Amino acid sequence: MSAEDSPAPHSVLLDPEKCVGCTTCIKKCPTEAIRVRKGRASIIAERCIDCGECIRTCPHGAKRAVSDPLSMIEGYRVKVAVPAPTLYSQYDEGRSVNRVLSGLLELGFDEVFEVAEAAEIVTAATKALLAHDGTLPRPLISSACPAVVKLVQLRFPSLIPHLAPLIPPMEAAARIVKDRLHAGEDGVGVFFITPCAGKVTVTRAPLGYARSALDGVIGLRDIYLPLRAAIAAAPERVLAHAGRMGLEWARTEGECEAVGERRSISVDGIGNVIGVLEALENGSMKDLVYIEALACPAGCVGGPLTVENPYIAKTRLRNREESAPPQSAGPRRYESLGDLGWTEAVKARSALVLDPDMLKALVMMEEIEFRASGLPGLDCGSCGAPSCKALAEDIVRGTAIESDCVFKLRDRVRELAKELMALEEIRPPGLDR
Amino acid sequence: MKLKFEVGDEDFSLAGRASSELKGVLKRLGIGPDLVRRASIAMYEGEINMVIHAGGGVAEAEIEADRVVLTLIDAGPGIPDLSLAMTEGWSTAPDRFRELGFGAGMGLPNMRRNCDEFDIESEVGKGTSVRMVIRL
Repeated sequence: MSAEDSPAPHSVLLDPEKCVGCTTCIKKCPTEAIRVRKGRASIIAERCIDCGECIRTCPHGAKRAVSDPLSMIEGYRVKVAVPAPTLYSQYDEGRSVNRVLSGLLELGFDEVFEVAEAAEIVTAATKALLAHDGTLPRPLISSACPAVVKLVQLRFPSLIPHLAPLIPPMEAAARIVKDRLHAGEDGVGVFFITPCAGKVTVTRAPLGYARSALDGVIGLRDIYLPLRAAIAAAPERVLAHAGRMGLEWARTEGECEAVGERRSISVDGIGNVIGVLEALENGSMKDLVYIEALACPAGCVGGPLTVENPYIAKTRLRNREESAPPQSAGPRRYESLGDLGWTEAVKARSALVLDPDMLKALVMMEEIEFRASGLPGLDCGSCGAPSCKALAEDIVRGTAIESDCVFKLRDRVRELAKELMALEEIRPPGLDR
Repeated sequence: MKLKFEVGDEDFSLAGRASSELKGVLKRLGIGPDLVRRASIAMYEGEINMVIHAGGGVAEAEIEADRVVLTLIDAGPGIPDLSLAMTEGWSTAPDRFRELGFGAGMGLPNMRRNCDEFDIESEVGKGTSVRMVIRL
């Protein structure tokens, strides 16, 4: 295991009381990072990309994201909320963006700054990369979704150079608050309201930049109800500035529309993203310039920490886009924000490699193929691994045994029973009359 | 180790399976990204060729310590003029495949470009075999 594989912090936690040890999450995990052991799901940290698929699919609510509590803001003199545009999609259009943002102030924040406004700046930076930077390969893959960036690191390392080397909008928003609106001040706390677990993790262990300017990340789901009540009570103030160009980042196709690039693909849902990246790796996407890839269905509005149905949320967001100006005054106000580029290398993660020694890995691979051919091929998951192939790999890696397979176990029990019956037939000479 | 795949007759739903599986194995072995990419492109183009022109065939990948050998063998119509077939942009793909975005005449040239050794043998009426070596 190399240094960059050292178990990164993750934001998905298991509630052992609620987990029944079923196979739902192990089957849905796009990196085969979950196994059931001792009747409970357990995550292989080096393989987890924080996509939140397990949170979304667990029928027992046993998986949750570790985000920060609202009470955390109390430790700061100036408390600033930076809400993801997805937040607006969680409430019906009767509650205007101004009212939603006013509700945040009612909850205890002193100020709000919309991530959508920062998304406009990232849009401009993306456009500039596409127009002027000839050193980067095409198509560029958006790096706004942290699960996609980690997926590329783990499963598609050859595509790392395609990642757009830009900080995500939430980080740009935090920098605007700290470096521009409150430059040089102490006690300013900036809190992202997040639709997903991936953004919690990436704030603690950033990708492409050394340290996050955010002080905390609060799960949208955790403040949904208190905010609803606050919205009803709050006097409406004019706080919404973001234009369509920033709002639309929260839903599929929005980024491409904002960037204005027609030779592009918008893909949502982690399985679909994998399909597109596979095709890109096969060299079958020659004329493309930009790929917007979002791990959640319908984009961030379908994040695992949201409350509303993703498609209803998407339509609501579209309706809000229509009543917004094309662009806020933001990009002009914060033009001098400085470089949004990555300052740290994003490296390949080697958690899927069988052994650092290729010859050893080759021997292991052959054994995996051999072991797998002896398994039933039903991929039932009863062994705790997502597929027979995965069990074969676990056996060869030494983390599982063949009898973990219920069919193999049954074979052995049957053999043992036959042997018992055969023994039973034998009569000691003294009894054999 | 050896991987063997049956490539189906005009079946695009399965085309890409061999390259995808090969890619998965090479990544598991820790082979460098660029080599993985080259091997998967070579295999993918080969698969597509067999589907479009030859009604399927057999694709094999032999992974050794220092190289990957890809062999694609079909019993299709064969190629009358190999040097023409190796020319970029030359295509005999039927329209029904071109409509799907295939048949741009880049298959064989792309395969050759992505490997270190490239051998092709073809006999009209009997079939075509391609052997590609990618040194690790």
